[in-house]
Amino acid sequence: MKIVVPIKRVVDPNVKIRVKPDGSGVDLASVKMAMNPFDEIALEEAVRLKEAGKADEVVAVSIGPQQAQETLRAALAIGADRAILVRCEGRIEPLTVAKLLRIIAEREAPDLVLAGKQAIDDDSNQTGQMLAGLLGWPQATFASAIVVDGSNVEVTREVDQGLMTLSLTLPAVITADLRLNEPRYASLPSIMKAKKKPLEELSPEELGIDVAPRLEVLEVSEPAARKAVRMVSSVDELLLKLKEEARVL
Amino acid sequence: MTERESMPVDVVVVGAGPSGLSTAIRLKQMGDAAGTDLSIVVLEKAAEIGGHIVSGAVLDPAALDSLIPDWRQRGAPVTIRVSSDAFSYLTAKRRFPIPGIVLPKALHNDGNYIISLGDLCRWLAEQAEAMGIDVYPGIAASDLLYGEDGAVIGVATGDMGVDRNGQPKPSFAPGMDLLARYTVISEGAHGALAKRLIARFALAADSAPQKYGIGIKEIWEIDPARHRLGHVEHTLGWPLTEDTNGGGFIYHGADNTVQIGFVVHLNYSNPHLSPFGEMQRYKTHPSIRALLEGGKRVGYSARAMTSGGWQSIPRLAFPGGVLAGCSAGFMNLPRIKGIHNAMWSGIKSAEAIFAALQAGRGGDTVANLAEMVVDGPIADDLKPVRNAKPLLSRFGTLVGMGLIGLDLWCNQLFKLSPFGTLRLDKPDHATLRPARDAKPIHYPKPDGKLTFDRLSSVYLANISHDEDQPVHLRLRDPNVPVSRNLPLYDEPAQRYCPAGVYEIVRTEGEARLQINAANCVHCKTCDIKDPSQNIDWVLPEGGSGPNY
Repeated sequence: MKIVVPIKRVVDPNVKIRVKPDGSGVDLASVKMAMNPFDEIALEEAVRLKEAGKADEVVAVSIGPQQAQETLRAALAIGADRAILVRCEGRIEPLTVAKLLRIIAEREAPDLVLAGKQAIDDDSNQTGQMLAGLLGWPQATFASAIVVDGSNVEVTREVDQGLMTLSLTLPAVITADLRLNEPRYASLPSIMKAKKKPLEELSPEELGIDVAPRLEVLEVSEPAARKAVRMVSSVDELLLKLKEEARVL
Repeated sequence: MTERESMPVDVVVVGAGPSGLSTAIRLKQMGDAAGTDLSIVVLEKAAEIGGHIVSGAVLDPAALDSLIPDWRQRGAPVTIRVSSDAFSYLTAKRRFPIPGIVLPKALHNDGNYIISLGDLCRWLAEQAEAMGIDVYPGIAASDLLYGEDGAVIGVATGDMGVDRNGQPKPSFAPGMDLLARYTVISEGAHGALAKRLIARFALAADSAPQKYGIGIKEIWEIDPARHRLGHVEHTLGWPLTEDTNGGGFIYHGADNTVQIGFVVHLNYSNPHLSPFGEMQRYKTHPSIRALLEGGKRVGYSARAMTSGGWQSIPRLAFPGGVLAGCSAGFMNLPRIKGIHNAMWSGIKSAEAIFAALQAGRGGDTVANLAEMVVDGPIADDLKPVRNAKPLLSRFGTLVGMGLIGLDLWCNQLFKLSPFGTLRLDKPDHATLRPARDAKPIHYPKPDGKLTFDRLSSVYLANISHDEDQPVHLRLRDPNVPVSRNLPLYDEPAQRYCPAGVYEIVRTEGEARLQINAANCVHCKTCDIKDPSQNIDWVLPEGGSGPNY
């Protein structure tokens, strides 16, 4: 079985982001970047499937700037066998990503596309679903457990009512939720070996996809600052404040 | 999967700061010129290169000129020339500029640049990687490896994914042994491996105790109308009292930012002093408040730096390796600059190591290292200012400053010092007076606009630290904070730590020291200043710490 894992380079979740003074976007100059955490979970799951003998190849794919190479090297260190970078500058919308991934999926013919459920920078939560639609493959989103059995895969999803289990026929698209696994650290020897693994570079033109955005960003602004916390001395005072000031009771 | 691997290399460099990267680059340049393919590995504990570098700096480009002469063409992030330069003495209400004409040449900044040192390190690392040097961020060299004859034979990188009790977690990844013919320790001031080597090989036996300062820096975006690109300002005096050394700096960098910082020398004697509190108070000076008014604080960082200078330089070579940069301590105190010397020490160490490698050696003490590294540009830079720190310590800021001026002018004009070479006294951990004999200091409450508390400051340091790992701030004796430091000095760790790591917590009248290790910004001040020398700063998991 071959697994394709899409990987996005995003601002490191530990870094506090800042909006540019002109409101045109988030300031990315000298900001630490990292692999989207949900993609890291998807990758970990793919590598575990390989280690369990269920998969024989894991291919990491990123769509982004030249520096996304570093993120792909990190994916190779965690255990992907090879990587593909589709070089794109600027803002790339989920539909464009899904179209590019579809072409990659047609070229690579994987049995499974295992993606993160969303990227933590734009929180779109669209790419996996759109990709499944474009490919005409079954999909299971928000996976918290994945069991592969021959040409079938059982996916447990975390939904509002509890846990839902779906059975899908491969090939399929699955998106990973937070509790699917705890990703490993890359060890120094594996980081060293990752330098020698193959990394192919493609352009969107080669894949025949127009990456120009179809949406216009009007403004990016920071959320309003939270008001200072006030300590109250009694339950009665709390109730009074909730009634008269916050007007929530 | 869990077995430790090992790998032989020619040289392993611990720390990707200006000295470590300069060592690696110069070594590779010499190897390439001689047709020798050297394997060089650089390890950096920060999650990315420059992540632990306290950045706001003025660079004297002399060493960069020597290392990479065409750095301008190659797009080094060194672009903002110092355009104007001010040096002032502050009182609580007023600012007294010292005319440039009375300042000796060493204190002028003509030809220097305002840089982000983090950006410069990232750029140097890119140059290094393009040359074929392996640079690994996120990897902590947590231990030294010794051979049978006691010489250093390399370093061990730390295990990742270990829980608080030292047990492997599902994410466990073992560390690795890097076996090197020579090991370069360039961890910056008071490095965790450097301090062990200095003790083990008695490298400081013939030098004065190293002296330190703690620098706390904030980055502000200010009103463009008040921003003067390339303007550099240094201040002495308020808010410190005469008997406490230190001063402030304000650098106007790119995009309407200013880097504003305050340094307090760690030989201060009043245990009630808080370097963090002094930094906050500094900004309330009328001249600085006016500059920052309406601006926004966007960055916070802190780091100990060396200040002993010439008299405190230890022996640099030990069996199997060398100390470079501020692991040895090449900061020029009156110039408030050290990057050029850090780079010089890297360049010169590389030249000495290369000669040894070419002679087929390894694992021994590099010959003539002190002469090669220290004589030349570093001596020219540090020797004339060697009395600055002792004069400040003995005579206080105002008189000390006058005497330093006299000393520097004599050096500039007659190449001699009226004071000879003054000695440095006690190490910084031995300078505190008992709390009851010292005047309490009341710091104003933060207003959340100009002045802040520790926690909202640390928030801006972008710390990542998996709390489920062994505590990296080890107490040699867990009772000392409460049994000795608290009654005698009111446990100064509560105040000297710029990140709020140390808190005295009282439950039912019972005091105990709580260590919030996940707040640590890796400044090393606790390891330096603890009056009982009871805190051992060891390396946390690689990738932990701030992301500046």
